[in-house]
Amino acid sequence: MVEFTLPANSKVQKGVTHPVKEVSNKPKKVLIYRWNPEDQENPRLDSYEIDLSKCGPMVLDALMKIKNEIDSSLTFRRSCREGVCGSCAMNIDGVNTLACLKPIEEVNGEISIYPLPHMPVIKDLVPDLSKAYEQLASIKPWLQRSNENSNTTASISEEKKQTPEDREKLDGQWECVLCFCCTTACPSYWWNSEEYLGPAVLMQAARWVNDSRDSERKNRLKAVNDKMKLYRCHSIMNCTRSCPKGLNPAKAIADLKKAIVTEL
Amino acid sequence: MNFCKKNILRRYKVSVLLYKMSLNRPLSPHLSIHKKVLTSVFSIFHRFTGIFLSLGAILLSVWIILIALGPSFYAKFQTFSSLIFFKIFLFLWTLTIFYHLYNGIRYLFWSYGKMMDLSTVYKSGYVVIILSILSTMLVWFSI
Repeated sequence: MVEFTLPANSKVQKGVTHPVKEVSNKPKKVLIYRWNPEDQENPRLDSYEIDLSKCGPMVLDALMKIKNEIDSSLTFRRSCREGVCGSCAMNIDGVNTLACLKPIEEVNGEISIYPLPHMPVIKDLVPDLSKAYEQLASIKPWLQRSNENSNTTASISEEKKQTPEDREKLDGQWECVLCFCCTTACPSYWWNSEEYLGPAVLMQAARWVNDSRDSERKNRLKAVNDKMKLYRCHSIMNCTRSCPKGLNPAKAIADLKKAIVTEL
Repeated sequence: MNFCKKNILRRYKVSVLLYKMSLNRPLSPHLSIHKKVLTSVFSIFHRFTGIFLSLGAILLSVWIILIALGPSFYAKFQTFSSLIFFKIFLFLWTLTIFYHLYNGIRYLFWSYGKMMDLSTVYKSGYVVIILSILSTMLVWFSI
Protein backbone atom coordinates (compact mmCIF):
# COMPACT_ATOMS: atom_id res chain seq x y z
CA MET A 1 0.00 0.00 0.00
CA VAL A 2 1.20 3.48 -0.81
CA GLU A 3 2.21 5.32 2.33
CA PHE A 4 4.44 8.29 1.76
CA THR A 5 5.21 9.05 5.40
CA LEU A 6 6.94 6.88 7.97
CA PRO A 7 5.06 5.28 10.87
CA ALA A 8 5.34 7.12 14.21
CA ASN A 9 7.96 4.75 15.64
CA SER A 10 10.18 5.16 12.56
CA LYS A 11 10.48 8.95 12.33
CA VAL A 12 14.16 9.85 12.36
CA GLN A 13 15.19 12.23 15.12
CA LYS A 14 18.19 14.43 15.66
CA GLY A 15 21.04 12.38 17.03
CA VAL A 16 24.28 12.73 18.89
CA THR A 17 27.21 14.69 17.50
CA HIS A 18 30.24 12.65 18.46
CA PRO A 19 33.15 14.83 19.59
CA VAL A 20 36.23 15.07 17.40
CA LYS A 21 39.27 13.63 19.16
CA GLU A 22 42.12 14.79 16.96
CA VAL A 23 42.99 17.67 14.66
CA SER A 24 42.53 16.38 11.12
CA ASN A 25 44.01 17.44 7.81
CA LYS A 26 41.06 16.36 5.70
CA PRO A 27 37.94 16.34 7.86
CA LYS A 28 34.78 14.70 6.51
CA LYS A 29 31.42 14.66 8.22
CA VAL A 30 29.48 11.39 8.19
CA LEU A 31 25.81 11.21 9.17
CA ILE A 32 24.62 7.72 10.08
CA TYR A 33 21.16 6.33 10.80
CA ARG A 34 21.10 4.68 14.24
CA TRP A 35 18.51 2.54 15.92
CA ASN A 36 18.99 0.35 18.94
CA PRO A 37 16.43 -2.44 19.50
CA GLU A 38 17.19 -2.53 23.21
CA ASP A 39 15.75 0.86 24.06
CA GLN A 40 12.31 2.04 23.03
CA GLU A 41 13.44 5.23 21.30
CA ASN A 42 12.97 6.36 17.71
CA PRO A 43 15.78 6.09 15.18
CA ARG A 44 18.20 9.01 15.12
CA LEU A 45 20.82 10.48 12.83
CA ASP A 46 24.25 10.58 14.48
CA SER A 47 27.04 12.77 13.23
CA TYR A 48 30.71 11.75 13.14
CA GLU A 49 33.81 13.46 11.85
CA ILE A 50 36.72 11.50 10.44
CA ASP A 51 40.13 12.36 9.03
CA LEU A 52 40.25 11.27 5.39
CA SER A 53 44.05 11.39 5.32
CA LYS A 54 44.00 8.48 7.77
CA CYS A 55 41.20 6.51 6.15
CA GLY A 56 40.84 4.05 3.26
CA PRO A 57 39.21 5.20 0.02
CA MET A 58 35.77 3.57 0.29
CA VAL A 59 32.73 4.36 2.41
CA LEU A 60 33.11 0.96 4.07
CA ASP A 61 36.60 2.02 5.23
CA ALA A 62 35.04 5.12 6.78
CA LEU A 63 32.44 2.99 8.58
CA MET A 64 35.13 0.63 9.90
CA LYS A 65 37.20 3.60 11.05
CA ILE A 66 34.23 5.00 12.93
CA LYS A 67 33.48 1.63 14.51
CA ASN A 68 37.12 1.07 15.48
CA GLU A 69 37.98 4.54 16.70
CA ILE A 70 34.88 6.54 17.61
CA ASP A 71 31.83 4.41 18.33
CA SER A 72 32.09 0.64 18.67
CA SER A 73 28.30 0.29 18.97
CA LEU A 74 27.80 1.17 15.28
CA THR A 75 26.34 -1.90 13.57
CA PHE A 76 26.51 -2.86 9.90
CA ARG A 77 27.00 -5.96 7.77
CA ARG A 78 30.22 -6.44 5.85
CA SER A 79 32.39 -9.28 4.71
CA CYS A 80 34.41 -9.37 1.50
CA ARG A 81 35.14 -5.62 1.09
CA GLU A 82 35.30 -6.05 -2.72
CA GLY A 83 31.72 -6.22 -4.00
CA VAL A 84 31.39 -9.99 -4.16
CA CYS A 85 29.37 -10.86 -1.07
CA GLY A 86 26.70 -8.16 -1.20
CA SER A 87 26.59 -7.72 2.58
CA CYS A 88 27.30 -4.02 2.92
CA ALA A 89 24.35 -2.81 0.83
CA MET A 90 23.06 0.50 2.19
CA ASN A 91 21.77 3.88 1.10
CA ILE A 92 24.76 6.21 0.69
CA ASP A 93 24.21 9.80 -0.37
CA GLY A 94 20.64 8.96 -1.38
CA VAL A 95 21.41 6.00 -3.66
CA ASN A 96 21.53 2.33 -2.71
CA THR A 97 24.93 0.81 -3.27
CA LEU A 98 27.61 -1.37 -1.72
CA ALA A 99 29.66 0.60 0.80
CA CYS A 100 32.79 -1.28 -0.26
CA LEU A 101 32.44 -0.16 -3.90
CA LYS A 102 31.48 3.47 -3.22
CA PRO A 103 34.47 5.83 -3.14
CA ILE A 104 34.22 8.53 -0.46
CA GLU A 105 35.51 11.02 -3.05
CA GLU A 106 32.31 10.65 -5.10
CA VAL A 107 30.28 12.22 -2.30
CA ASN A 108 30.36 15.99 -2.08
CA GLY A 109 30.01 17.46 1.38
CA GLU A 110 28.82 15.29 4.23
CA ILE A 111 28.09 11.62 3.64
CA SER A 112 24.68 10.49 4.82
CA ILE A 113 24.24 6.78 5.31
CA TYR A 114 20.90 5.03 5.84
CA PRO A 115 19.90 1.37 5.77
CA LEU A 116 18.27 0.03 2.57
CA PRO A 117 14.99 1.97 2.14
CA HIS A 118 11.56 0.75 3.24
CA MET A 119 12.77 -2.31 5.15
CA PRO A 120 12.30 -3.28 8.79
CA VAL A 121 15.48 -2.37 10.68
CA ILE A 122 17.12 -4.93 12.98
CA LYS A 123 19.76 -2.51 14.21
CA ASP A 124 21.45 0.63 12.80
CA LEU A 125 22.32 -0.16 9.16
CA VAL A 126 21.17 -3.79 9.28
CA PRO A 127 17.81 -4.34 7.55
CA ASP A 128 15.68 -7.46 7.89
CA LEU A 129 15.83 -9.12 4.47
CA SER A 130 13.92 -12.29 5.37
CA LYS A 131 10.89 -11.31 3.25
CA ALA A 132 13.11 -10.78 0.20
CA TYR A 133 14.87 -14.12 0.79
CA GLU A 134 11.48 -15.83 1.05
CA GLN A 135 10.52 -14.30 -2.29
CA LEU A 136 13.79 -15.54 -3.79
CA ALA A 137 13.03 -19.07 -2.59
CA SER A 138 9.56 -18.82 -4.14
CA ILE A 139 10.98 -18.68 -7.69
CA LYS A 140 12.95 -21.92 -7.10
CA PRO A 141 16.44 -20.63 -7.86
CA TRP A 142 17.94 -24.00 -8.70
CA LEU A 143 18.31 -26.20 -11.77
CA GLN A 144 15.23 -28.33 -12.50
CA ARG A 145 15.31 -31.27 -14.92
CA SER A 146 12.04 -33.13 -14.72
CA ASN A 147 12.69 -35.24 -17.84
CA GLU A 148 15.43 -37.13 -16.02
CA ASN A 149 13.19 -38.71 -13.41
CA SER A 150 11.99 -41.51 -15.65
CA ASN A 151 15.42 -42.33 -17.01
CA THR A 152 18.16 -44.47 -15.55
CA THR A 153 20.67 -43.29 -12.97
CA ALA A 154 23.28 -43.08 -15.69
CA SER A 155 21.63 -40.07 -17.34
CA ILE A 156 21.30 -38.26 -14.00
CA SER A 157 25.02 -38.33 -13.44
CA GLU A 158 25.66 -37.35 -17.04
CA GLU A 159 27.31 -34.00 -17.63
CA LYS A 160 24.80 -31.23 -18.43
CA LYS A 161 26.37 -29.60 -21.43
CA GLN A 162 25.71 -26.07 -22.62
CA THR A 163 26.88 -24.35 -25.80
CA PRO A 164 28.88 -21.11 -25.44
CA GLU A 165 25.95 -19.28 -27.09
CA ASP A 166 23.48 -20.61 -24.52
CA ARG A 167 25.89 -19.81 -21.73
CA GLU A 168 26.12 -16.22 -22.99
CA LYS A 169 22.40 -15.78 -22.37
CA LEU A 170 23.10 -15.89 -18.63
CA ASP A 171 25.67 -13.10 -18.74
CA GLY A 172 24.55 -10.01 -16.88
CA GLN A 173 22.29 -12.16 -14.70
CA TRP A 174 24.47 -14.71 -12.92
CA GLU A 175 26.72 -11.92 -11.61
CA CYS A 176 24.01 -10.69 -9.23
CA VAL A 177 25.19 -10.91 -5.61
CA LEU A 178 21.69 -10.49 -4.15
CA CYS A 179 22.48 -7.35 -2.19
CA PHE A 180 18.91 -6.10 -2.86
CA CYS A 181 20.07 -2.56 -3.69
CA CYS A 182 17.79 -2.63 -6.74
CA THR A 183 14.76 -4.10 -4.98
CA THR A 184 14.88 -1.51 -2.21
CA ALA A 185 15.37 1.34 -4.72
CA CYS A 186 12.13 0.42 -6.50
CA PRO A 187 9.13 2.60 -5.50
CA SER A 188 6.82 -0.18 -6.71
CA TYR A 189 8.47 -2.55 -4.25
CA TRP A 190 8.13 0.02 -1.46
CA TRP A 191 4.36 0.12 -1.92
CA ASN A 192 3.78 -3.57 -2.77
CA SER A 193 6.56 -5.53 -1.06
CA GLU A 194 4.10 -8.11 0.26
CA GLU A 195 3.24 -9.39 -3.22
CA TYR A 196 5.55 -7.85 -5.83
CA LEU A 197 8.74 -9.89 -6.16
CA GLY A 198 11.03 -6.94 -6.89
CA PRO A 199 13.83 -6.57 -9.46
CA ALA A 200 16.50 -8.74 -7.78
CA VAL A 201 14.24 -11.77 -7.47
CA LEU A 202 12.72 -11.27 -10.93
CA MET A 203 16.19 -11.12 -12.45
CA GLN A 204 16.96 -14.44 -10.77
CA ALA A 205 13.71 -15.79 -12.19
CA ALA A 206 14.94 -14.66 -15.63
CA ARG A 207 18.32 -16.24 -15.00
CA TRP A 208 16.71 -19.67 -14.51
CA VAL A 209 14.22 -19.14 -17.33
CA ASN A 210 17.13 -18.47 -19.69
CA ASP A 211 19.19 -21.48 -18.60
CA SER A 212 19.30 -23.96 -21.50
CA ARG A 213 19.90 -26.86 -19.09
CA ASP A 214 16.68 -26.18 -17.21
CA SER A 215 13.60 -28.09 -18.39
CA GLU A 216 10.97 -25.96 -16.59
CA ARG A 217 11.11 -22.78 -18.68
CA LYS A 218 7.35 -22.76 -19.40
CA ASN A 219 6.39 -23.54 -15.79
CA ARG A 220 8.73 -20.87 -14.48
CA LEU A 221 7.17 -18.30 -16.83
CA LYS A 222 3.69 -19.39 -15.77
CA ALA A 223 4.58 -19.12 -12.09
CA VAL A 224 5.79 -15.57 -12.47
CA ASN A 225 2.95 -14.45 -14.79
CA ASP A 226 0.93 -12.68 -12.12
CA LYS A 227 -0.39 -9.13 -11.92
CA MET A 228 1.22 -8.60 -8.52
CA LYS A 229 4.35 -10.76 -8.69
CA LEU A 230 5.62 -9.43 -12.02
CA TYR A 231 3.45 -6.64 -13.42
CA ARG A 232 3.93 -4.20 -10.55
CA CYS A 233 7.09 -3.38 -12.51
CA HIS A 234 6.36 -0.14 -14.36
CA SER A 235 9.84 0.26 -15.90
CA ILE A 236 10.81 3.01 -13.48
CA MET A 237 14.42 1.85 -13.98
CA ASN A 238 15.61 2.78 -10.49
CA CYS A 239 16.89 -0.80 -10.21
CA THR A 240 19.30 -0.40 -13.11
CA ARG A 241 20.25 3.05 -11.82
CA SER A 242 21.31 1.72 -8.43
CA CYS A 243 22.87 -1.68 -9.20
CA PRO A 244 26.43 -1.54 -7.80
CA LYS A 245 27.49 -4.34 -10.16
CA GLY A 246 26.28 -2.48 -13.26
CA LEU A 247 23.66 -5.08 -14.13
CA ASN A 248 20.29 -4.38 -15.74
CA PRO A 249 17.35 -5.91 -13.82
CA ALA A 250 14.83 -3.74 -15.71
CA LYS A 251 15.91 -5.31 -19.00
CA ALA A 252 15.71 -8.79 -17.49
CA ILE A 253 12.15 -8.09 -16.36
CA ALA A 254 11.20 -6.64 -19.78
CA ASP A 255 12.54 -9.81 -21.43
CA LEU A 256 10.55 -11.94 -18.98
CA LYS A 257 7.35 -10.08 -19.91
CA LYS A 258 8.19 -10.48 -23.59
CA ALA A 259 8.81 -14.22 -23.19
CA ILE A 260 5.44 -14.59 -21.43
CA VAL A 261 3.64 -12.84 -24.30
CA THR A 262 5.42 -14.74 -27.06
CA GLU A 263 5.72 -18.20 -25.54
CA LEU A 264 2.77 -18.89 -23.23
CA MET B 1 20.14 -31.92 35.69
CA ASN B 2 19.86 -28.56 37.38
CA PHE B 3 22.38 -27.12 34.95
CA CYS B 4 20.35 -28.43 32.04
CA LYS B 5 17.17 -26.80 33.33
CA LYS B 6 18.92 -23.50 33.87
CA ASN B 7 20.33 -23.61 30.39
CA ILE B 8 16.94 -24.26 28.81
CA LEU B 9 15.38 -21.47 30.86
CA ARG B 10 18.12 -19.07 29.85
CA ARG B 11 17.74 -19.92 26.19
CA TYR B 12 14.00 -19.42 26.49
CA LYS B 13 14.51 -16.01 28.07
CA VAL B 14 16.91 -15.00 25.31
CA SER B 15 14.49 -16.02 22.60
CA VAL B 16 11.66 -14.09 24.27
CA LEU B 17 13.91 -11.05 24.47
CA LEU B 18 14.89 -11.36 20.79
CA TYR B 19 11.25 -11.71 19.85
CA LYS B 20 10.30 -8.63 21.85
CA MET B 21 13.09 -6.66 20.19
CA SER B 22 11.88 -7.71 16.77
CA LEU B 23 8.33 -6.46 17.40
CA ASN B 24 9.08 -2.77 17.41
CA ARG B 25 11.30 -2.67 14.33
CA PRO B 26 11.13 0.71 12.60
CA LEU B 27 10.69 1.05 8.85
CA SER B 28 13.79 2.52 7.25
CA PRO B 29 13.21 5.90 5.56
CA HIS B 30 12.49 5.74 1.82
CA LEU B 31 11.00 8.62 -0.21
CA SER B 32 12.43 11.25 2.11
CA ILE B 33 16.04 10.08 1.82
CA HIS B 34 16.29 8.47 -1.61
CA LYS B 35 17.86 10.75 -4.19
CA LYS B 36 15.41 11.98 -6.82
CA VAL B 37 17.20 10.07 -9.57
CA LEU B 38 16.13 11.01 -13.10
CA THR B 39 14.85 7.51 -13.89
CA SER B 40 12.13 7.80 -11.25
CA VAL B 41 11.49 11.49 -12.02
CA PHE B 42 10.72 10.65 -15.68
CA SER B 43 8.45 7.86 -14.51
CA ILE B 44 6.47 9.88 -11.97
CA PHE B 45 6.03 12.70 -14.49
CA HIS B 46 4.56 10.18 -16.91
CA ARG B 47 1.91 9.51 -14.25
CA PHE B 48 1.37 13.17 -13.41
CA THR B 49 0.97 14.06 -17.08
CA GLY B 50 -1.47 11.17 -17.46
CA ILE B 51 -3.62 12.59 -14.66
CA PHE B 52 -3.34 16.10 -16.11
CA LEU B 53 -4.41 14.77 -19.51
CA SER B 54 -7.59 13.32 -18.04
CA LEU B 55 -8.37 16.74 -16.53
CA GLY B 56 -7.94 18.20 -20.00
CA ALA B 57 -10.20 15.50 -21.43
CA ILE B 58 -12.95 16.58 -19.03
CA LEU B 59 -12.46 20.17 -20.17
CA LEU B 60 -12.58 19.06 -23.78
CA SER B 61 -15.91 17.31 -23.28
CA VAL B 62 -17.33 20.33 -21.44
CA TRP B 63 -16.28 22.43 -24.44
CA ILE B 64 -18.07 20.09 -26.86
CA ILE B 65 -21.21 20.06 -24.66
CA LEU B 66 -21.22 23.88 -24.63
CA ILE B 67 -20.97 23.96 -28.41
CA ALA B 68 -23.92 21.56 -28.63
CA LEU B 69 -25.99 23.69 -26.22
CA GLY B 70 -25.83 26.70 -28.48
CA PRO B 71 -24.21 30.14 -28.94
CA SER B 72 -25.34 31.70 -25.63
CA PHE B 73 -23.60 28.96 -23.64
CA TYR B 74 -20.56 29.11 -25.85
CA ALA B 75 -20.28 32.85 -25.27
CA LYS B 76 -19.92 32.13 -21.54
CA PHE B 77 -17.10 29.74 -22.33
CA GLN B 78 -15.40 32.40 -24.42
CA THR B 79 -15.32 34.90 -21.55
CA PHE B 80 -13.67 32.16 -19.48
CA SER B 81 -11.27 31.05 -22.17
CA SER B 82 -9.93 34.57 -22.77
CA LEU B 83 -8.49 34.55 -19.22
CA ILE B 84 -4.72 34.25 -18.90
CA PHE B 85 -5.09 31.32 -16.46
CA PHE B 86 -6.92 29.38 -19.10
CA LYS B 87 -4.18 30.09 -21.63
CA ILE B 88 -1.56 28.89 -19.15
CA PHE B 89 -3.56 25.75 -18.44
CA LEU B 90 -3.90 25.07 -22.16
CA PHE B 91 -0.17 25.66 -22.70
CA LEU B 92 0.73 23.21 -19.92
CA TRP B 93 -1.79 20.78 -21.32
CA THR B 94 -0.09 20.89 -24.72
CA LEU B 95 3.28 20.26 -23.06
CA THR B 96 1.68 17.40 -21.16
CA ILE B 97 0.31 15.82 -24.32
CA PHE B 98 3.71 15.83 -26.00
CA TYR B 99 5.61 14.62 -22.93
CA HIS B 100 3.16 11.76 -22.43
CA LEU B 101 3.24 10.91 -26.13
CA TYR B 102 7.02 10.85 -26.55
CA ASN B 103 7.64 9.17 -23.22
CA GLY B 104 4.98 6.63 -24.15
CA ILE B 105 6.96 5.82 -27.29
CA ARG B 106 9.98 5.26 -25.05
CA TYR B 107 7.91 2.78 -23.05
CA LEU B 108 6.96 0.97 -26.28
CA PHE B 109 10.65 0.43 -27.07
CA TRP B 110 11.19 -0.86 -23.53
CA SER B 111 8.36 -3.34 -23.97
CA TYR B 112 10.47 -4.85 -26.75
CA GLY B 113 13.47 -4.86 -24.44
CA LYS B 114 15.21 -2.24 -26.58
CA MET B 115 17.07 0.91 -25.51
CA MET B 116 17.21 -0.24 -21.92
CA ASP B 117 20.85 0.26 -20.99
CA LEU B 118 21.27 3.08 -18.53
CA SER B 119 23.04 5.62 -20.76
CA THR B 120 20.40 5.20 -23.51
CA VAL B 121 17.65 5.54 -20.90
CA TYR B 122 19.09 8.88 -19.82
CA LYS B 123 19.74 10.08 -23.37
CA SER B 124 16.26 9.17 -24.59
CA GLY B 125 14.84 10.90 -21.51
CA TYR B 126 16.56 14.15 -22.45
CA VAL B 127 15.39 13.72 -26.04
CA VAL B 128 11.80 13.37 -24.77
CA ILE B 129 12.07 16.64 -22.84
CA ILE B 130 13.64 18.56 -25.72
CA LEU B 131 11.17 17.17 -28.27
CA SER B 132 8.13 17.92 -26.14
CA ILE B 133 9.25 21.52 -25.53
CA LEU B 134 9.98 22.02 -29.24
CA SER B 135 6.64 20.52 -30.27
CA THR B 136 4.76 22.70 -27.79
CA MET B 137 6.53 25.78 -29.13
CA LEU B 138 5.70 24.72 -32.68
CA VAL B 139 2.01 24.35 -31.82
CA TRP B 140 1.76 27.65 -29.94
CA PHE B 141 3.92 29.98 -31.96
CA SER B 142 3.64 28.72 -35.52
CA ILE B 143 -0.12 29.09 -35.85
